[in-house]
Amino acid sequence: MNVKVASQLRCYHCGDTITTAQFKQEEKSFCCFGCQTVYQILKENDLCEYYSFDSSPGINNSSTFDVHYDYLDEPTVQSKLLQFNSPNFARVQFAVPAIHCVSCIWLLENLNRIDEGVLLSKVNFGKRTVTIDYNPERIALSKIANRLTSLGYKPVINLQAKQDQHLLTHDKNLILKIAIAGFCFGNIMLFSFPEYFGLGSDEGFLRDTFSYLNILLAIPVLFYSASDYFTAARRAVLQKQINIDVPIAIGLIALFTRSLYDIGFHVGPGYLDSLVGLVFFLLLGRWFQSKTYASLSFDRDYTSYFPLAILTFRDQKWTSVLLSDLQPGDTIRIRNQEIIPADSILESEFALINYSFVTGESTETAVRKGENIFAGGKLIGKPATFIVHKSTSQSHLTSLWNNDIFQKADEQTYQRTIDRTARIFTWIILFIAAASAAYWFVADSSKMWLVLTSVLIIACPCALALSAPFTYGSMLRVFGKYGLYLKNADVVERLSSISTVVFDKTGTLTSGVSDVSFSGELSEEEKHGIALLTAASIHPLSVLISKSISTEASGAIENFEEFVGEGVEGIVNGCFYKIGSAQFVGAIEIQTTALPRVYVSINNEMKGYYSLNTSLRKGVGEMLDRMKNINLSLVSGDGAADKKRLTNLFPKNAELKFNQSVHDKLNHIKGLQQDSAKVMMVGDGLNDSGALKQSDVGLVVTDDTGVFTPASDGIIHGKSISNLDKFIELGKSATFILKLSFIISFIYNSVGLSFAVTGHLTPLVAAILMPLSSISVVAFATASVNYVAYQKRMLL
Amino acid sequence: MNIIVALIAISLSLALFFLGLFIWSLKSGQFDDPFGPAARMLFDEKREIDQYKKNSLPSEMSRL
Repeated sequence: MNVKVASQLRCYHCGDTITTAQFKQEEKSFCCFGCQTVYQILKENDLCEYYSFDSSPGINNSSTFDVHYDYLDEPTVQSKLLQFNSPNFARVQFAVPAIHCVSCIWLLENLNRIDEGVLLSKVNFGKRTVTIDYNPERIALSKIANRLTSLGYKPVINLQAKQDQHLLTHDKNLILKIAIAGFCFGNIMLFSFPEYFGLGSDEGFLRDTFSYLNILLAIPVLFYSASDYFTAARRAVLQKQINIDVPIAIGLIALFTRSLYDIGFHVGPGYLDSLVGLVFFLLLGRWFQSKTYASLSFDRDYTSYFPLAILTFRDQKWTSVLLSDLQPGDTIRIRNQEIIPADSILESEFALINYSFVTGESTETAVRKGENIFAGGKLIGKPATFIVHKSTSQSHLTSLWNNDIFQKADEQTYQRTIDRTARIFTWIILFIAAASAAYWFVADSSKMWLVLTSVLIIACPCALALSAPFTYGSMLRVFGKYGLYLKNADVVERLSSISTVVFDKTGTLTSGVSDVSFSGELSEEEKHGIALLTAASIHPLSVLISKSISTEASGAIENFEEFVGEGVEGIVNGCFYKIGSAQFVGAIEIQTTALPRVYVSINNEMKGYYSLNTSLRKGVGEMLDRMKNINLSLVSGDGAADKKRLTNLFPKNAELKFNQSVHDKLNHIKGLQQDSAKVMMVGDGLNDSGALKQSDVGLVVTDDTGVFTPASDGIIHGKSISNLDKFIELGKSATFILKLSFIISFIYNSVGLSFAVTGHLTPLVAAILMPLSSISVVAFATASVNYVAYQKRMLL
Repeated sequence: MNIIVALIAISLSLALFFLGLFIWSLKSGQFDDPFGPAARMLFDEKREIDQYKKNSLPSEMSRL
């Protein structure tokens, strides 16, 4: 037996390292039963071409448990989910985060070769969705969902999915507006050139033609492309506020009316090229800033975690009932790995519940008949029945969402730098405009209107309005490259003001992967036996142990028995193994830590125990060391077992809190904010959601962007958490760069104003100055952001 | 002189035609998925979509 070779073997399906040699078929090795099953399905349906596009394209299927999609066949669910429904034709769109390569597209678009009822399936790679046309008479929707799951493409079902369509059209509208503005901009420039190079006086007819064409081309830009600026400015004025849109709207109106006047009275060619160019650049900035991560969702609440429907005993039979229709007193049936959706009482004899969702602690709790179970617990093992005693929305966990913080409108009262600047700017411009108008009224009243409009035209803060989108937009892209995905560009600005960072422990500073270490002596053969026994059990601790033993485990187990909540026993090679809790194995437990231990005895002789310890993420220690100027603290749902290790990790003045409930975490953040700290919360689970929402910047750590994350301002990849300090510093640099861009645009504005107040602003000057200022600000912002990011040398 | 006016009319209508094409392609979803079609091109066998479209699409689907 060569263990080394075995550990280098890669699964033919998903490419993971193979730890056991149990799963083999036709010279191909698989890492787990799930992957082998997928291979078999593909093989039977002659779909092995799947493996020809990418090597090992599959998704590891070992963690895929039985998911029950029966509720998808309920008419009420279908009416919310299906895009089209008729007796023999239906269309559904599933979000499938696991889509990642060409093979995925190929397989998902060949579903009709596996299941006959599927008519056509089409993948949208960018959005990670698959749209399936099927015949409901020949295949049930639940069957399709089950098929996707069995292939490793677990669909994420969201009954609110139809809302996303709306967002998409918004994006498309912006591109449409840019296209029209760009089109008109190009053509108006073309028609304006002859004027700048000087047309002869005998070409008056041509000049008029060009001018009227320009007006025609400017109208759709002003009334369609720029419409958002007018509505935003109007709204701001009605609320007696001034934001950046107000001076822009004033400038656009001044440009247009002045151009109409100039052309109508044959004074000059007008400023229509400047007007349209301005709108085009502004819209480009808006588009650049609107960089979104279509496959990520930042607004999930608890309902995304809970099952949509639940098996309920009603009218003498088990039926799927939508969660919102669940009543206190209902008897519900929960299966392995399903989440208990409401506070309830256990009716079965025994159940194993994992509360990691609620508390962050990843150990199982054993519950006996009649005990109370909180919503959010996940059932491990055999199915069990429960009696609901509070509806979902009234449950302990979900009551968090009744907290004020979740009732607030999403738009915060946060004042953006750009709007503060715009307000001062607008008042200054209005003052200069009034002053120069007053001067010219006295000096030469015929020139008064000319100067007044010139001031308003040149003051139109295009460059100013572009600095923020391009600075923060570029930063957003840099962050995305290094695994920090922010909800929008405003978060970058808030990031720069952070003075306190609060961490969660499990899943945030530590990764989900556990270190398994054995205390005691074991021979190779004994390890082999343990690996076999633990591989046969579904308990999560067993899975971890069997994975940690890298041996080619194959052989027979006799008299295998699993005692739920206690351990496993069986005979391998004539030796009697008992693996499980101290009580089960017969050891005397010395409880020094809260870390779970698994004891082993062979032939009733104590051999020792496995201890499981979550490992810290790479680079966390160094990252915390580098955050010298920032107050750090930790709120953990876990017990204080890890306290010693964490105290060494954090600076001395850091506040470490353990055994914190969901509400405690929220209150901790509130407390810090009352001391006027700007708080960043870094967490991972549903149990952090209150704190994430309350904090100024809430970041969620995840190892797989495809899985659910609670509502947050940003999602950070687990590998990139060690860059957190650099991200905050980059946020500060971004704000500094923004201020420099403001200065540049002010310089351009002063130059332009000096032309305007003296009455020398010609269309040619405007046509040169305005695009030049915009382009130089955009170039400066983008280049310097990328430069400072490059200087940081971030790791990934 | 007149020829310039004619040329302008032609060039503008040509440009408008292409703008119209772009708007059509945007609305019909050709920019929705920048990766998928490039990969799909590599798949070998026929998927008999045309057949499917002819036979089994109910008439109401044209509204979608």
